Amino acid sequence: MKNTAGYESDLAAIRSTIERSAKFMSLSGLSGILAGVFALAGAAYAYTLIYYPDSPYGFSLYMGADSALLTKLIMTASAVLVLSLITAFLLSQQKAKKLGVSIWNKPSQLLLINMSIPLATGGLFTIVMIAQGYYILFSSATLIFYGLALISASQFTYREVRYLGLSEIALGLLSSILPGFGLVFWAIGFGLLHIVYGGIMHYRYDR
Amino acid sequence: MKNPFDNLDKYLENRVRLQIMSVLISNDDYDYNSLKELLNVTDGNLASNLKTLEREKYISINKSFVDRKPNTKYKSTAKGRNAFQKHLEAMEALIKQQK
Repeated sequence: MKNTAGYESDLAAIRSTIERSAKFMSLSGLSGILAGVFALAGAAYAYTLIYYPDSPYGFSLYMGADSALLTKLIMTASAVLVLSLITAFLLSQQKAKKLGVSIWNKPSQLLLINMSIPLATGGLFTIVMIAQGYYILFSSATLIFYGLALISASQFTYREVRYLGLSEIALGLLSSILPGFGLVFWAIGFGLLHIVYGGIMHYRYDR
Repeated sequence: MKNPFDNLDKYLENRVRLQIMSVLISNDDYDYNSLKELLNVTDGNLASNLKTLEREKYISINKSFVDRKPNTKYKSTAKGRNAFQKHLEAMEALIKQQK
């Protein structure tokens, strides 16, 4: 039989075990910052593709009429996505090693599955949307579905991911009522917000 | 007044068993390797404590193969969840009583 302090430490162990059993703690804040930088660079490149040398504003309603331009834009967005995923994987692997856990464990599996469902849905929906010619809602749809994916994944990692998700959804909805400024919203959502939240997570958990 | 010590579960007085039950109550199921990594215990320690919980029917076991490697998954049973709940309440009562 134990004394009270023994039971108090039992309760503390239960709490910490439960938390660690269901949360992926190897997510790196730095990978968020880098993803944001890639997205900003991608958006800047897309901006020159669309507007150079004409309009200096972010406003365009007829975008997507030119299929060569569209291909270039899709390639740019894909490059940003692939670079971000590779960075996230490498940095998480590094952090997992430091924490002494494996990167492929129960929490990371739960995180990936729960993130993939809304993300794949959004990806397919966006492809259909582009095929049907609704370019104008591209930015809005990608932001909203990405935000939903983050919220779904956030139960299995740091709580900042949830707030990032909520911010992306708010931005996506705002973008849908200001349809001409898609690229600007896209740059804020995938660039600026990643840098801000990645920075907060890096500051809180990685140092 | 009833003595809260009587409500403690003797199988859950062990720290590793208590942690195993915590994991299996907050997750649908959990596999052996993830459990070992999480609790940071040796194979011998983990296996013997899992065996005790299995014998008391606090957990159920599902053995399968993934890529030819054995993959053993554990789940908490209704009996196990009930026992855990009672043990937790007894610990809380004890702490409250002595404060």
